[in-house]
Amino acid sequence: MSACAETAAAALSQSWPDQIFDVLESFAVRLVPYVPDGGHERLIARVNASASMRGIPLTSEEEGIALSAGAWLGGEPAVMLMQSSGVGNCINMLSLTRICRFPLLVLVTMRGEWGEFNPWQVPMGSAVEAAFGLMDVECLRADRPEEVEETVRHAATMAFGGGSAVAVLLSQRLIGAKVFAAKEDAR
Amino acid sequence: MTGTLDRREVVARLLERRGEALVVSGLGAATYDVAAAGDSPRNFYLWGAMGGAASLACGLALARPEVAVVAFTGAGEMLMGLGSFATIGRQAPVNLTIVVLDNGRYGETGAQESHTSAGKGATDLAAVARACGIAQVTRVTSREELADIAADFPRRTDGPHVGVVAIAPTAHPRLVPLRDGAHGRARMRVALGLPAD
Repeated sequence: MSACAETAAAALSQSWPDQIFDVLESFAVRLVPYVPDGGHERLIARVNASASMRGIPLTSEEEGIALSAGAWLGGEPAVMLMQSSGVGNCINMLSLTRICRFPLLVLVTMRGEWGEFNPWQVPMGSAVEAAFGLMDVECLRADRPEEVEETVRHAATMAFGGGSAVAVLLSQRLIGAKVFAAKEDAR
Repeated sequence: MTGTLDRREVVARLLERRGEALVVSGLGAATYDVAAAGDSPRNFYLWGAMGGAASLACGLALARPEVAVVAFTGAGEMLMGLGSFATIGRQAPVNLTIVVLDNGRYGETGAQESHTSAGKGATDLAAVARACGIAQVTRVTSREELADIAADFPRRTDGPHVGVVAIAPTAHPRLVPLRDGAHGRARMRVALGLPAD
């Protein structure tokens, strides 16, 4: 890789949330409900600083499923941001999405799958695709920075063009594992 | 909070002059009450998704700030979505009203007591809504108080509003309004001048 390409790759490893923001703008998304996650920090900051978007903090992810359905009922596409551990909280509320055939776009930052230090993140993290699958939510995955923009764009087309319920899983490999103080050597 | 008001009468009274208001009903008796007051493409009936009525109405209100949006739901349904009070308080959609029909019971499942039934440690949903920063909260226990809120209901401004209405634990016949959710969302969108899908 040339020095120039290396610089671009390094920049992209940080700036993919900006590309997601641009995709949301291009789909005229105004409402962005979210439960915060470190992996979404930059995108949440962009949304909250935007004049055209409204970030909507939630107390639990299932609220966002219902709120997004209501927004679309009123003519506004909403995009929800959450962490993998919130996916399980959505299960029953996704019956609303499924029975009414509401479009849905959820961007999920993954935990518990790549260098995860907190084992409590693993059970739900490893069940995310199965949980979405149980309720007919399609999953697309982005593992590398260069895959993010097109994956989110195609997911948004499926949701707001095609009426599908779609989740984009932004892998922990992409986001990076959360850093904890090193565990003391117990030998 | 059990009361004496008749739920069907309360809902019918509040919807008498609904105009262009969009109405969301929480699963169970609230859905039957709204349907009994008259079907409309501007009604969206929930038959499930317990805990979601207020959040769905909030999304609708944020999407259509020019239209009054009203959710009718039961106390049990509201308890399951209690966090949505906090979100509604924060977002403060001025065109949103939530009417909680409170009989202190889970009427659909055998009239078991809910957390709002009178007694030690009873949850006061009006106080919860107020503590969540919701601007206008009214407790309705009598016909006179009902008449007061019915006078300017539904309101499009100065909300969000929460009305907690103490109703009698009387069961009414179950109606069967539209259960096809996809049709329900399509007809409301068409009524709003949007494409069905």
